[in-house]
Amino acid sequence: MCLEVCPHNVFRMAGKQAAIVNRDKCMECGACELNCETGALKVKQGVGCASAVINGFLRGTEPNCDCGSDAACC
Amino acid sequence: MDFTNLSIIRPPETSSTWLLKDRLGAVRVRFSLGRNRYRVDTGLYRLGRPGKDSEVFVTANYKLSFDLLRKNLDGLNAWILVLETHGINVWCAAGKGTFGSSELIRQVQDARLAELVSHRRLIVPQLGAPGVSAKQVKEATGFMVKFGPVRAGDIKAYLSAGYRKDQIARSVSFTFRDRFILTAVELANSVGYLFIAFVLMLLLSGIHSEGYSYELMWMEGLKAGLYLLAAYISGAFLAPLLLPLLPFRHFGGKGMLAGLGIFGLIALLTATEIPPLAMVGWFLVSGALSSYLTMNFTGASTYTSLSGVRKEMGIFVPVQLAFTISGLVLIIISKLV
Repeated sequence: MCLEVCPHNVFRMAGKQAAIVNRDKCMECGACELNCETGALKVKQGVGCASAVINGFLRGTEPNCDCGSDAACC
Repeated sequence: MDFTNLSIIRPPETSSTWLLKDRLGAVRVRFSLGRNRYRVDTGLYRLGRPGKDSEVFVTANYKLSFDLLRKNLDGLNAWILVLETHGINVWCAAGKGTFGSSELIRQVQDARLAELVSHRRLIVPQLGAPGVSAKQVKEATGFMVKFGPVRAGDIKAYLSAGYRKDQIARSVSFTFRDRFILTAVELANSVGYLFIAFVLMLLLSGIHSEGYSYELMWMEGLKAGLYLLAAYISGAFLAPLLLPLLPFRHFGGKGMLAGLGIFGLIALLTATEIPPLAMVGWFLVSGALSSYLTMNFTGASTYTSLSGVRKEMGIFVPVQLAFTISGLVLIIISKLV
């Protein structure tokens, strides 16, 4: 399943198990963790967006894009 | 179930055709105008004449997402299930969890999908996977989530291959064309800040060693505006466009290089007009501004991660601040000597 959902081909099948072969390509979207039936993966999910980091810093929250409100979205 | 005899048609009908207003709307939101209000109603839609065996495609209520899906389903009879993502596209909404398992479960139940179709398949865009757990949806509704291709354009190939997609259909790209389209939002989003910076530079430009001159303010201020505009275009347009061609891994580095390059070009063309101190100052300001704008393009890109962006900002934000402050100091000093 993780091979199926990963947008950057981080995984390859090695025998019957999926292996991480492209760790640096990971963009931390978390799709693999959410859809891993055996719970073998752990990803700190987040958005790779500088504006979001700035927004979070200014408000003292986690990085947030502001999408879905009336403010501009990154 | 036959809906044709019902006086109120539920679910509503849609088509794969784009009208003029859909085209105009797509262009408009690409420039960030009214983008957050560009929405369709949530719930189930009929495309063509879907029946019990027709596929169910799930999408977000950002109108552009919905429009791209229906356009690419041209010629098919299908159901389209629209989730409430508050006008945000599938991928961004999945990252936030609004395009997520619980919303999908709710919409499947509200639409009474189990009574409309005999199969138990939902085709969810692959980029919805950061929010949708196939297991949870299956447990709650009995429907099996099939993660389709990344791009709606690959759906037909995916269906005819028996719900299989190749590596290309599974991967996100970030082509020259993608980047070109996305720079419009970058250019539009920061234009207010550009104007503020211009006004500030205009006010600074009147300063000279014996006081303040309005004539000088306009003369020098308009030049300053040109330099700012060049750095703006460099950071929000040129560097994003040339992204893979520019050296350095970090977006901030690429943007800085482009900003230095652009101002270098201006300096070459107008060499005798700019005093040396001001020239160094403008190099610094131009590099910093362009670096900052390109750094913000990380949000538009398809491959940056939060930890990577944090690392990059740890390096580049201090550099941008230092460059801007020292650049401005140099520019002001050059006016006073």
